[in-house]
Amino acid sequence: MSRYLLPLGVFIVLVVFLALGLSLDPHEVPSPLVGKPAPAFERPQLHQPELKFSPAEMRGKVWLLNVWASWCVSCRQEHPLLVELAEAKVLPIYGLDYKDQRGDALKWLHDFGDPYTMSISDSDGRVGIDYGVYGVPETYLIDKAGTIRYKQIGPITREALNDKILPMVKELQLQNL
Amino acid sequence: MIPELGHFALILALLVALIQGVLPLIGAARNSTPWIALAKPAARAQFLLIATAFGCLAYAFINNDFSVVYVAEHSNSQLPLAYRIGAVWGGHEGSLLLWMLMLTGWGAAVSLFSRHLPASMTARVLAVLGLVSVGLLLFILFTSNPFERLLPGAAEGRDLNPMLQDPGLIFHPPMLYMGYVGFSVAFAFAIAALISGQLDAAWARWSRPWTMAAWIFLTLGIAMGSYWAYYVLGWGGWWFWDPVENASFMPWLVGTALLHSLAVTEKRGCFKNWTVLLAIATFSLSLLGTFLVRSGVLTSVHAFATDPRRGIFILVLLAIVIGGSLFLFAWRAPKVGLGGAFGLISRESLLLMNNVLLVVAAGSVLLGTLYPLFIDALGLGKLSVGPPYFNSVFVPIMAPLLFLMALGPIARWKNASVADMAKRLRAALVVAILAAITVPFALGAWSPLVALGLLLAFWLIASIVTNVIDRARTTAGGLAGQPRSWYAMHLAHLGIAIFVIGVTLVKGYEVEKDVRMEPDDTVTVGGYTFRFVGVREEMGPNYRAVKGEVELSKDGKVLRMLNPEKRTYLSSAMPMTEAAIDTGLTRDVYVSLGEPVDERAWSVRVYYKPFVDWIWSGCLLMALGGAVALSDRRYRLKNAANAGVSTTVAEGARA
Repeated sequence: MSRYLLPLGVFIVLVVFLALGLSLDPHEVPSPLVGKPAPAFERPQLHQPELKFSPAEMRGKVWLLNVWASWCVSCRQEHPLLVELAEAKVLPIYGLDYKDQRGDALKWLHDFGDPYTMSISDSDGRVGIDYGVYGVPETYLIDKAGTIRYKQIGPITREALNDKILPMVKELQLQNL
Repeated sequence: MIPELGHFALILALLVALIQGVLPLIGAARNSTPWIALAKPAARAQFLLIATAFGCLAYAFINNDFSVVYVAEHSNSQLPLAYRIGAVWGGHEGSLLLWMLMLTGWGAAVSLFSRHLPASMTARVLAVLGLVSVGLLLFILFTSNPFERLLPGAAEGRDLNPMLQDPGLIFHPPMLYMGYVGFSVAFAFAIAALISGQLDAAWARWSRPWTMAAWIFLTLGIAMGSYWAYYVLGWGGWWFWDPVENASFMPWLVGTALLHSLAVTEKRGCFKNWTVLLAIATFSLSLLGTFLVRSGVLTSVHAFATDPRRGIFILVLLAIVIGGSLFLFAWRAPKVGLGGAFGLISRESLLLMNNVLLVVAAGSVLLGTLYPLFIDALGLGKLSVGPPYFNSVFVPIMAPLLFLMALGPIARWKNASVADMAKRLRAALVVAILAAITVPFALGAWSPLVALGLLLAFWLIASIVTNVIDRARTTAGGLAGQPRSWYAMHLAHLGIAIFVIGVTLVKGYEVEKDVRMEPDDTVTVGGYTFRFVGVREEMGPNYRAVKGEVELSKDGKVLRMLNPEKRTYLSSAMPMTEAAIDTGLTRDVYVSLGEPVDERAWSVRVYYKPFVDWIWSGCLLMALGGAVALSDRRYRLKNAANAGVSTTVAEGARA
């Protein structure tokens, strides 16, 4: 009898793993960039393309870099949270407008509200490659020394904001450079 | 109103499925004729009800009823009609309904084509199918109701994922599901046989045609999916070892083992327990595939919306169906007697090795697919398993399988002589070795993997030719007198050889180039010259397209114009690549547009793919082989009364 039970035994082990698997999120891939300096770049600003922006200017500040695009549906989902966060003036939020048309992007900000201290155009997606953007939206939390401390893949949820991002921001803002 | 009708039909179908699943089973145990007789009408009624529900959902799509959530999420008034119909199964809820349509369709078919079966057997088979239906219908009604309303209705739908807006959507999923779900019949036969204790040659004979039919559909479905990926994704690949692909490939591997094992059980009466286990495993893998795809436990290019409730529900369903069957197996199988004895080298032993290799192959695919999940569940980190693992594991398993495939049809049942087989296949071996040495040089460069692939493919082809010649010479009726199943086997095996040639040559000799092209720039790959003429804008029914014009020429002679496209769908702004392919018997040339580099220049991807179409042609031949086998009268409708083992053994000895 025992050898006939073998398939059942193997299957039970499989089910246990599948059950554990349900509670995991396969999309939660750790970013190799967490703990590393945020890659440098110099890109035109969205509103005033003749002016450039570079992350080096943000030294000494804790800030969010939010990758978004006007064609991105999930960005609309997280957008109200960003607007809310901007109104609370917790930290500066910089937008990286990823593979987008300038006109579309400006119209989008006009229609949905602009939470960004500044938006930067990444029309060909080069900066996105350096930052290892898997998909839009993604958000990076960068500390005073310019190190990436956290990466949110996909839209920011209220839980992620309250449980992870805001506590980290508070802690990072207290640190001295 | 119509969607409510569909919802109502689903609820009725659940009630009918309960009747179908419970009463005939009790009836068969107690030998109560009226209860046994319930099975067939119930199976047909259930099919009609599901078909009604399916029709209602299709109606909602055709009429752009955006007050149905599922329609609003997967369709759009601008979507062409054909895709609105395809969109019925373009999302989670609808594809489950398609699953059910197939399941009940197979059940209705069993009820129609089982006149020669004992009534109690049919009743048990249909009852098992009914129970599977109950589980799936509960799943649909409680977690994935396609008829849920959105009130007030949306003005416009969100549109079907542009990736799916392709003729492939209309044919590939139904074909795949036909196969996937079709194995439920073999499963039901196995469970019915375990319950009744009648695990014999007759049982194998009955399940064979059903298994074969499902296998044909699955083969075609997988091939179509592969071809679709090849021309739509614009990456030029034909198989990505993506979890969703693996989910359909595992039942195929085990189903193929099952087909061969059923043949042994039918003809020689042995491998009974093994065959039953394979039948259970095949359908279990289909269910597991559904779980993997539908629960979102794995990441995949086939991104599906996930809902944790769904995952838990379907896991419980999986545990009950598969766990229950395996428990039944553990309980009943020890009582099943062994079949006829066979020698160490015999057709039986070769088929057993075929089975083991196929199952090991399926196991390694399963391991590779679930490995990231295991590691993650054990808290050891995140990783992904990709093509390198599968390729390095697959070749060593497939090589001996292909080698043995040539021997199987030549070996005798019970006891085969090695010396005799060696003598008969000597010429085939010489041909294969010569081909492996010379053909790669003729194609440009010799490499060990190409030589290995060609060695195995030519070994297989030459052995088939040997077998055909021998048969023509030695049997009285000549080739015309051979049963169709004999032709069927060789056709399918030839299909494998063709497939192997395609895979080997495309892997060995494909050329791809990514180039930046301005108008009038040219690039040459594999002797073909591409001249980039330019791009122009065009409007499709629901998208804007940038259409590239690329002139294809060879040796200074213009062959044709290729028009790769870059489409932007109005509803989603997600760019889609439509490659342009010039298909030929010995090669494809393939162009796809990348991104615009500046105002004049584009990044363009060109491929030269030798013999790539042989991959799908091989699959077609396999499916054709299956169809020929189904048309064999011996194989198909045999009266249960004269399906005695003695006659089949006599036939087997001849075959």
